[in-house]
Amino acid sequence: MTDLVVIGHGPAAHRLVEAVRERDTEGRWQITVVGEEPRPAYDRVALTSYLTDGADLAYPAHDDAVRVRTGERVTSIDRAGRTVTTDAGDTLRYDTLVLATGSVPFVPPVPGAGAAFVYRTIDDLDALRARAAGRASGVVVGGGLLGLEAARALQGLGLETHIVEMAPWLMARQLDEGGGAMLRRHIEALGLRVHTEVMLERVEADAVHLAGGTVLPAGVVVFSAGIRPRDELARDAGLEVGERGGIVVDDACRTGDPRIYAIGECALVGGQVYGLVGPCLSMAEVVADALFGGAARFAGADTSTQLKLMGVDVASFGDPSADALNVSYTDPVAGTYKRLVVSDDAGTLLGGVLVGDASAYPTLRACVGASLPAAPDRLLFGGTEAVAGAMTEETMVCSCNGVSAGAIRSAITDGGLTDLPAVRACTRAGTGCGSCVPLVKRILDEELTSAGIPVSRALCEHFDHTRAELFDIIRVRGITTFSGLIAEYGRGRGCDICKPAVASILASLGTGHILDGEQAGLQDTNDQFLANMQKNGTYSVVPRVPGGEITPEKLIVIGEVARDFGLYTKITGGQRIDMFGARVEQLPLIWKRLTDAGFESGHAYGKALRTVKSCVGSTWCRYGVQDSVGLAIRLELRYRGLRAPHKIKSAVSGCARECAEAQSKDFGVIATEKGWNLYVAGNGGMRPRHADLFATDLDTETLIRYIDRFLMFYIRTADRLQRTASWLESLDGGIEYLRDVIVADRLGICDSLDAAMARHVEDYSDEWRATLEDPERLSRFVSFVNAPGTPDPSIVFEPERDQIKPVIPEVVSR
Amino acid sequence: MTERSEGIRRRAPVVTLPDEGGLMTEVLDRPPVSVRWQTVCDYDDLPPEDGVCALVHGEQVAIFRTHDGRLYALSNRDPFSGAYVLARGIVGSRGGVPTVASPMYKQVFDLTTGRCLDDPAVRVPAYRVRVSGTRVEVARA
Repeated sequence: MTDLVVIGHGPAAHRLVEAVRERDTEGRWQITVVGEEPRPAYDRVALTSYLTDGADLAYPAHDDAVRVRTGERVTSIDRAGRTVTTDAGDTLRYDTLVLATGSVPFVPPVPGAGAAFVYRTIDDLDALRARAAGRASGVVVGGGLLGLEAARALQGLGLETHIVEMAPWLMARQLDEGGGAMLRRHIEALGLRVHTEVMLERVEADAVHLAGGTVLPAGVVVFSAGIRPRDELARDAGLEVGERGGIVVDDACRTGDPRIYAIGECALVGGQVYGLVGPCLSMAEVVADALFGGAARFAGADTSTQLKLMGVDVASFGDPSADALNVSYTDPVAGTYKRLVVSDDAGTLLGGVLVGDASAYPTLRACVGASLPAAPDRLLFGGTEAVAGAMTEETMVCSCNGVSAGAIRSAITDGGLTDLPAVRACTRAGTGCGSCVPLVKRILDEELTSAGIPVSRALCEHFDHTRAELFDIIRVRGITTFSGLIAEYGRGRGCDICKPAVASILASLGTGHILDGEQAGLQDTNDQFLANMQKNGTYSVVPRVPGGEITPEKLIVIGEVARDFGLYTKITGGQRIDMFGARVEQLPLIWKRLTDAGFESGHAYGKALRTVKSCVGSTWCRYGVQDSVGLAIRLELRYRGLRAPHKIKSAVSGCARECAEAQSKDFGVIATEKGWNLYVAGNGGMRPRHADLFATDLDTETLIRYIDRFLMFYIRTADRLQRTASWLESLDGGIEYLRDVIVADRLGICDSLDAAMARHVEDYSDEWRATLEDPERLSRFVSFVNAPGTPDPSIVFEPERDQIKPVIPEVVSR
Repeated sequence: MTERSEGIRRRAPVVTLPDEGGLMTEVLDRPPVSVRWQTVCDYDDLPPEDGVCALVHGEQVAIFRTHDGRLYALSNRDPFSGAYVLARGIVGSRGGVPTVASPMYKQVFDLTTGRCLDDPAVRVPAYRVRVSGTRVEVARA
């Protein structure tokens, strides 16, 4: 066995070890990692979420073959003897040594700075949080990427926060002056105070003194003014280091000693130190390759960045400071600034800056260095459309994982992939920072189109919008009719796709009975006749039986109605009873009998909540731990009649034996000793999907609040006829994102979702009863407009197993 | 096949006899005996952008009123299912042509000709329909 020792356990070291373990099928390398932090590697990039949400940043642990020594520091390297010595007094032998010692935040040499805080490790943040408690104000020194993040975090801890930057504008390394100015407007709008082009004089216990006499109150001071590579071990061992720090390595990340490599922020490669995670991970991959005889080289890195924090879109890509032609655009009203840098012959995209709206970032970044695929103004405003077609096979789409457009295209064609989740799973594209996902989607759409598979996002020929976009238009503009919508946003007169979709949106937004006025003509026949059309043109009728609980008296009524109208009866999968073979003119008579006996519509015909199935629960069952029937009834009555992009099914199980099959439902609930576990986005049917566990041990009120939000968020954002299962799979960030939205209110919409559901519950009324009470609606329930009393003579039945069955005439083949 | 329908622009039961083409020409163009118009309902019995079914000389005829007030009539029988349901389909347009989509399997039919736009080999019979005073009348084409 050969000994590999890795000094440092940050993201680069973690990636290196994982990459070696993946390749090492023969067990050639014995790996030891020595890290000085008290915990194994974690996701440093997401540090702020640890502070704000208490997120668990730990990476998956290495397998047992890897020895990880945490809380231990290497103090010296003996290159001749090929050993390292640690502060625990141990000496470790190596055949190959990798330095992944990272960097330290740069703290400028001003009086008092030693007592300030930095923003790099979990321990730093713990200390920062402890200090911030009870303080009113904070100062962040440094207005770069990390400084802005730190400032927002301080503000999140309740501090009045100032940012002090020596450069003339924020993010001076990435942005030009115009972009910096626009960014400053956004940052100040968030309530942060910005001081640029100013020198720091000294730091005191509760204040920061700036040159020129300004004094800022500062209960907490954080330095985020750049990094310095940790190169002292290498320096002491006689390895070459750069003039301004950094362990000098070649493009294979090898130092002057062929047995020693350096990766990550401590390495000086091609004369540059990289402080972004992408290049650091690339270096780890290069070394892993070398350890198995590969010839991979680190060929520089894309230093494009996108700041997604703080609700402000900021992106810079390529070389925005290149001395070449500039196309820029400022919109002070919308708060956007956009600039493209193109070569002097206007043929090649060199770089650019986007502030306020970075939607074009993924596509533009992918085009850096390539010939301009469209006029610059189209590139700035055309989003993905203008760019995607111009990508060559080599264009790097996902720089986090190094996936090219060509690799994505061949994965789609070779693997027969047809949806985004499959492409992401297969190529890893878009699984890093996620910024390239729109581009991946675009490539997928193009490949599908060229294979003849339709992918247009447009709802149909009458609307260029998706269902979610139409939902927002209708909600925000307060549109109440299909005519009004299509006149302003569509063309033509609609069809069987857009009309029911819009009818469903109007119903979700609570604009009256679904058969009011022109609404009726928008509905599929099932919604128009409040029953399910069967193959001979008759309808089936399903009264609601909440939770599947029904009295003997009501069972008798159903039996009598079915007998008197000659209907075929069958028990459904949703714990209720379906009656088949009713003609349109019989429907009101049947409803009359049913509603008089206390029944209401079961919405079996609607894209709406169907049933909440339940097991018998703790009331009767020896094993039940909660009253599943009681909860199922409560949920079914709460969500009855709720119109959605597709049908919604639910179930409640009274114990972990799961007799109600809740995990195959759009939302399912399973009782625990302490409360309820909530599962979402399950599906039976054609493409079964096991539901995801959303939250555990909830009390009933919290459970209902989460379900309210889940349903309303789905209704607002899903595509037409998209069940919750595929909706969740199409959400960027999946179940984690959903939790962010519903539990942490990341989008700030929970109040609105809660209010929408409250309105639904309040406004609910039984559609059958409302129809019976309205002569105009009732007038539609005839077979013939000129012979209201005449039954349709084409409807004929014959007997089978003591019930009726339809006689089906000859038809043209489909 | 020629199809004629009257352009009615108002819902009120005002007598809007056509002043061009329309009713009079219709009747005078052909020998009166060959056209058996049957009154089926009031114009106001027809919901806009929707259909109803009438029994005309024993046949089931689906009558549609489009957004612009025009009327169209097709056989009510959906040729793909054999069920008499076309009047219960969704009325709309495809590429400027007024249409109805069968509620059974969703094939779309041209209201002006009865041709199936999803399967050109299939066509349902079209009927002539007109408004006389406030009355809607249907005749075999």
